[in-house]
Amino acid sequence: MNMSTVAIDLADVKKSFGDKVIVNELSFSVARGECFGLLGPNGAGKSTIARMLLGMIAPDAGKITVLNEPVPSRARVARVRIGVVPQFDNLELEFTVRENLLVFGRYFGMSAQEIEAVAPSLLEFARLENKADVRVSDLSGGMKRRLTLARALINDPHLLVMDEPTTGLDPHARHLIWERLRVLLARGKTILLTTHFMEEAERLCDRLCVLEGGCKIAEGRPDALIDEHIGCNVIEIYGGDPLQLRELIRPYARRIEVSGETLFCYAPHPEQVRVHLRGRANLRVLQRPPNLEDVFLRLTGREMEK
Amino acid sequence: MGEGYAAVMPANAYNWIAVWRRNFLAWRKVALASLLGNLADPITNLFGLGFGLGLIVGRVEGTSYIAFLAAGMVAISAMTSATFETLYAAFARMDAKRTWEAILFTQLTLGDIVLGELVWAASKSVLAGTAIGIVAAMLGYASWTSIVCAIPTVALTGLVFASLAMVVIALAPTYDYFVFYQSLILTPMVFLCGAVFPINQLPSSFQHFAGLLPLAHSVDLIRPVMLERGVGDAALHVGALCLYAVLPFFVSTVLFRRRLLR
Repeated sequence: MNMSTVAIDLADVKKSFGDKVIVNELSFSVARGECFGLLGPNGAGKSTIARMLLGMIAPDAGKITVLNEPVPSRARVARVRIGVVPQFDNLELEFTVRENLLVFGRYFGMSAQEIEAVAPSLLEFARLENKADVRVSDLSGGMKRRLTLARALINDPHLLVMDEPTTGLDPHARHLIWERLRVLLARGKTILLTTHFMEEAERLCDRLCVLEGGCKIAEGRPDALIDEHIGCNVIEIYGGDPLQLRELIRPYARRIEVSGETLFCYAPHPEQVRVHLRGRANLRVLQRPPNLEDVFLRLTGREMEK
Repeated sequence: MGEGYAAVMPANAYNWIAVWRRNFLAWRKVALASLLGNLADPITNLFGLGFGLGLIVGRVEGTSYIAFLAAGMVAISAMTSATFETLYAAFARMDAKRTWEAILFTQLTLGDIVLGELVWAASKSVLAGTAIGIVAAMLGYASWTSIVCAIPTVALTGLVFASLAMVVIALAPTYDYFVFYQSLILTPMVFLCGAVFPINQLPSSFQHFAGLLPLAHSVDLIRPVMLERGVGDAALHVGALCLYAVLPFFVSTVLFRRRLLR
């Protein structure tokens, strides 16, 4: 890839805290205008990677380049063109919505006039135009997240780094954030997103990297990963003895995974499986298209923690 | 490694102003309560000790005890207001409120933040110290010009104690540890440094020890100014205070790097 079209480049990055390896030999590249996801369970190293990209943690080994700047040595220069949405809100609770933008804009060296010039469009973008003079402590969780997003855009960044942007939000608020992020992608922004929501990753990401224990276990487009690793329908079965059921349907399935009390049956011809389960009381059978959850289960042998 | 430490130092001479202005905006919302709180304690002490003890003590170093004490109170209130602003308010911004974390997402460095917090705490010292000075001037225990002349030293005293408190909050895991700093360092300093009684009342070994403490240098600058006497060893006192302001600044910034940037 040509460097001017690359927003983020990690090469063989390693990070340990004490003797615990957090990020292990990780390499990936994010093109400008792309939405790239880091997908993995809690403790996979996602937040550490996000902090390394911002220059807030130095890697033990490897090379990081963000917006053509070497990080962490020139991270401060790179951050001028980065917007950050952290995992936990760190807004100024006693300030109004408008004051939050003012104070944050000043950190980028913007004058009050410059900030006032962009604030209305940011508030409109965040659907907070009627809340400009409301104290942040009086906003709902979803509104606070949207204000954090508006705040991250005050310096008109090329790149947005978002650490679990919708964790803790109700489905309605989450969908609104997703819709806003798609608008940003349409405007040509680059987004790096960490998440443990498979649905979020599938909906938003052009490409993603699946992480476990600090290691990359897969990388690619969501649909390509699903095709490559699963490539057939999934039947979830629960309510019976999973081990006994597994023996029963084994001849008709390409692969079967047992996770807790649920049986995941990957079958090119699901009707064959269903025929053999018919008539069994208390058995719940759900047939659905494959998703990233199945990919994760396939690659790690376990379900992602929620 | 050296590069890593250079990256946390102030990026330029003006980035800190944004941090100061953030704190000023927050303070403006509670200015009245904050001013009253800042004033009540030192003024109570000034009147209580000044009039009460003053009756017994009579004249000290050729002046009334309350005039002698007023100068000490200006130094003490500069010390306590910078200390408390840093220990409690700055600690909250660094820790629970995650204000510093948000600032670190921008083009500011840790050093910019610490510098902004120090100047802010010193500003609050100027406010508190000047308020006591104004009370003293209104009662005729100091001249108005002497209060104006004392302000630079009050500001420097604020920087010193904000800077020292920065080291404390960089190390303290929780609020509970601040009490050690307050009762084991600050309170003894009040009595060792000539703020409430002349330093020559102490055994000579204590007097030598007091000469190492920042509050003693601050009192030795503020009192002669307020009593309109010649300041002896001014360069020594200013130099010592500068050292106490600058060294802890670097130490705390390096400690914050270890605490926050990992």
